Formats: sequence, C-alpha cells, structure tokens
Amino acid sequence: MNAIEVNDVHKSFGELHVLRGIELTIPRGECVILLGANGSGKSTLIRCLNGLARPDAGAVRINGELLTGAGVRRLRRLRRQIGVVFQHFNLVPNVSALQNVLYGALGRQRGGLLRTLPAFAPNELRERAMACLDRVGMADYAASDCRHLSGGQQQRVAIARTLLQNPEVLIADEPVASLDPRAGRAVMELLIEVVRERGMTVLCSLHQLELASEYGDRVVGMKAGRIELDGARQSIGRASMSGLYEGVVRVDHAPSHAGVAAAAESA
Amino acid sequence: MQSSSASNSAPTPPPRFKRPSMFSWAVGLVFLALFIQGVLVVEVTPGRLAQGAVNLVDFVGRAIPPAQKDLDTVGWAMLETLYIAIVGVVAGVVLSVPFALLAARNTTPHVLVRVITRFLIASMRTIPDLVWALIFVVAVGLGPLAGVLAIVMDTIGFAARFFSERIEEVHPGPSEALASTGAGRLSVIGGAIMPETLASMTATSLFSFEKALRSAVTLGLVGAGGIGVELAAAMRLYNYDEALTIIIAILICVLGFEQISSAIRKRVI
Ligand SMILES: Nc1ncnc2c1ncn2[C@@H]1O[C@H](COP(=O)(O)OP(=O)(O)O)[C@@H](O)[C@H]1O
Ligand SMILES: [Mg+2]
Repeated sequence: MNAIEVNDVHKSFGELHVLRGIELTIPRGECVILLGANGSGKSTLIRCLNGLARPDAGAVRINGELLTGAGVRRLRRLRRQIGVVFQHFNLVPNVSALQNVLYGALGRQRGGLLRTLPAFAPNELRERAMACLDRVGMADYAASDCRHLSGGQQQRVAIARTLLQNPEVLIADEPVASLDPRAGRAVMELLIEVVRERGMTVLCSLHQLELASEYGDRVVGMKAGRIELDGARQSIGRASMSGLYEGVVRVDHAPSHAGVAAAAESA
Repeated sequence: MQSSSASNSAPTPPPRFKRPSMFSWAVGLVFLALFIQGVLVVEVTPGRLAQGAVNLVDFVGRAIPPAQKDLDTVGWAMLETLYIAIVGVVAGVVLSVPFALLAARNTTPHVLVRVITRFLIASMRTIPDLVWALIFVVAVGLGPLAGVLAIVMDTIGFAARFFSERIEEVHPGPSEALASTGAGRLSVIGGAIMPETLASMTATSLFSFEKALRSAVTLGLVGAGGIGVELAAAMRLYNYDEALTIIIAILICVLGFEQISSAIRKRVI
C-alpha cells in the first residue's frame, strides 16, 4: 500500500502557479528526499500533504484515504498519522521543552489540552515524553524555555514532539536549513536514525545538494512547480541533481518571510 | 521607495518641507472658525474666569481643614468603589478573552463573526462609562450593580481590543505545528496562542484595573454606587470640608493602587 499518493496537484497564489501538476507516489517505509531550489514549490507541496495548504486541483491520499476535501474530523484523524518537522521548528515559546513534546500527543490523547499539561498528564504519557526527549539527547533540558535553546536543540525538541506523536508518515520541510552546517548535519543524522528505528515513511525536503546525495532511498527533484527528477539515490548522478538549479533565479525567501521581503524590496 | 534614491542625487528638499496644500489650509481655517465660534458660545470672558478664581479660593477656604467626622462612611464608600472596580474588571477581563478570540483574524470561526464582534467591542469602547452607568441605572436600579455592569462594558471595550490585536501578532508556526498533530481548534488556541499572549494580557488586565478604579470613582456621580455618591451628596449640600476628605481619600487610594499595579506590571513583562 502507498503511504502518500499525489495526483495532478495544482496550486496557485494569485498569478503565481506554484505547483503545476504534481504526481508522486511513496510506498510505505520508503525514505524520500525532495530536492529543489528555493521557490521551486517544496514547502507548498509538503503543506498540501497534511492540509495546511489546499490544492486548487488534484488529489492527495494518505494510506489510501482521501485527504483533499476531507471534513474536520477526517482531516484531524489523518493528521495524527502524519508528523511534521518544520524549517523554523515551530515550538511554542514561554513553555518548557517537555510541554512542547507533550503537545505531540494532542491529537491522540483523550481529554485534549489539559491532559498534555505536565501537571495533569498521566504518568505514563509524561514518561514517554521524557523518553522521547532522551532519545534526541535533550533530557537535561526538559524544563528549559525553548527560546533559550539553540536552533539545533530546538529542532531536536521538535523531533521529540513528532516521536511522541508516533505517526506512520513523517514529512519534514528543510529541517536543517536554518541551522549551521555542523549542527545541521548532526540533526539530519538523528532524524534519519529515528525514522529508521520506527520504520516511518519519510518525505524530507532539502535544498542543499550535498545533503541530498547522502540520505534517503530515493530522490525526487522539483523545478518550477514540476517534478523533473525521480529515482533511486544511487542511480541519480550529481549532474542531473545540479540541473535542478540551472536557470533558477535565486529568490532567497521562505513564504513566512514573504511579507518582510516585500517590505524590504519596497523600502 | 524610488524617490528617496532620486533625492540623494538631486538637490530637491525632502517631502516634509513641502508647502502646505490647499487641503491643509482649508482644514486649518475650518478649525480656526470653529475655535472662535466655540469661545463665543461657551462665553469665555476674562470677567467670568476671574469670578471663577474667586469662587475657587472661597471653596478651598471652606474645604480646609477637611472634615474628620464620618471617616468610616467615607472608608466604606471607598471600599465599595474598590469592590465595584475589582468585580467589574475580573468579569470584564474574563469575558474579553472569548470576545478577543472571536474578533482576531487568526482565531475567528468566520469573517462574519469577526465583523460583528469587532463592532460590538467598538461600541462598548466608544460609549463612555458614565453613559453605560446611566443605562444600567435604568436597567437594574441605583447602586453598585449598575456600576459593576458599566465597568464590565468599559473593560471589554478596552481589553478585548488589545487582546485581539496581540493574538493577531502571534506567529502562525506553533499553531500550525499543533494543528498538524491532529489537535482541535480549542487545543491549538490554548496550547499555542495563550502561552504567547498571557504576559501581555496580564499587563493589559492590570491596566484595565487602574482605569476601572478611576471610573468607579466617577460612576457614583450618576448613582451607580461607590464613593462618587458621597462626593456628589457632599457637593450638593455645600459640605465642602467633607468633599475634600473624600477627594483626598480618592487620591490616596487611586495613587496607591496605581503604584502597586505598575510594580506588578513591570514584573510580568
Ligand atoms: N502563502 C503564500 N502566498 C503567496 N506566495 C507564496 C505562498 N507560499 C509560497 N509562495 C510562493 O510560492 C513559491 C514557492 O514557494 P515554496 O513552496 O515555499 O518553495 P520552496 O519551499 O521550494 O522554497 C515562491 O515563489 C513563494 O514566494
Ligand atoms: Mg521552503
């Protein structure tokens, strides 16, 4: 059975046609690296896979079940099966690392938010959360406010949050792009290790060629909203990977910074 | 802006030295006309101002020394004022949270709900507290309950607006992360949005309390309970020494609470 199935997905932002008919099938247990220059549409595609963005046309299926057009209940049920690791970690500030990990149980734990607060969480859940923190090497920081952690440490906490969620599928959107190269490599190693342990299906986007050629079973390359490259990692040469970047004007801004960038341009 | 780079090379003056436009002249003239007519209508004359000064000296002369009898009455009335402010603010702040969530772009269930809620909040803010007090005196009769309700309205108008503006500033990332685990709407609000806004909301609430205490003092003037009732009575009966006692009590109380509250606010931010 396929964990992720994307059929002819299109997505535009105003005039900008960002996804132009994406076809992608990922069987269970496969680890896929999504490669592409900045602005090629990786984030948008990833956000379409768990309903953070809605495709204008086409279908997304998770474990055979239709995600596109799903109502609130089905969307929430499917989201429980998909973990997400974000480029900017997206930890909640002003609460502890442990609390952030416990949030990973929000979708599954009966009793909602209250049961994921450290003071009210069942012992068993709190212990599992601590074990997840321990797995990513952050047990000593359980009580720390996330704003005081380094980027690499924050991403480790975010990975622990996903481990507690324990999804079948993990999607990661440039998980190491905002870390320095050394911390980035360490976090990438860790991520690949833990998903292998759990046997998760993975789609991880990267824009650095060097990393893409080292991880994963399969490489999918995007260029200008289309899939240009798809094959086993060993069978794809660096030359064809480099081709993804040819003729691409570098636009170095993530969508979350689009407003800032626009303001900077007009200033 | 392109013009700023152009002005570096060309010696044209920056825009702020632009000559006033016709529009500015027109606005200025209209204001001048209104001002002159206003002075005439309210009959500001040197004679009346001089007479006012004389009367004021007379008031002060008759008010000093402040009366020392009935101190317990003044004390109780002050305490009632404090209770009106506390009960009104707590209820107002608690109600402000749902109002703010319905009014903020990123938490509202529907744009229509947002528009309606924002309109309600704006009305509560725009109608002055004394007018709310007059309305509630009609609705629930003279006494502190009318004052409490007026303060609830005033607090929602003020606090819900600030809360919702703060909520709209919250970064979407953490909320998206929680929603991605399959969490429901309320869990996302409670788990990602509240922790980020709590400190600012606490500061706003304390500020609301200072504001409410000042307005609770005046609400009594229209019969909505508290020390204003005593003050209005003392003034009407020409017991200026008693009035002075009350004014001093207000001064001490309000200043004291402002000090305490601003000290707490500094600590939470
Ligand atoms: N929410 C959005 N609104 C408008 N434009 C967007 C939005 N999200 C992404 N884009 C634009 O879509 C294009 C692809 O973005 P993205 O999917 O983030 O690419 P990548 O992740 O590969 O860098 C970019 O040009 C980006 O500016
Ligand atoms: Mg991206």
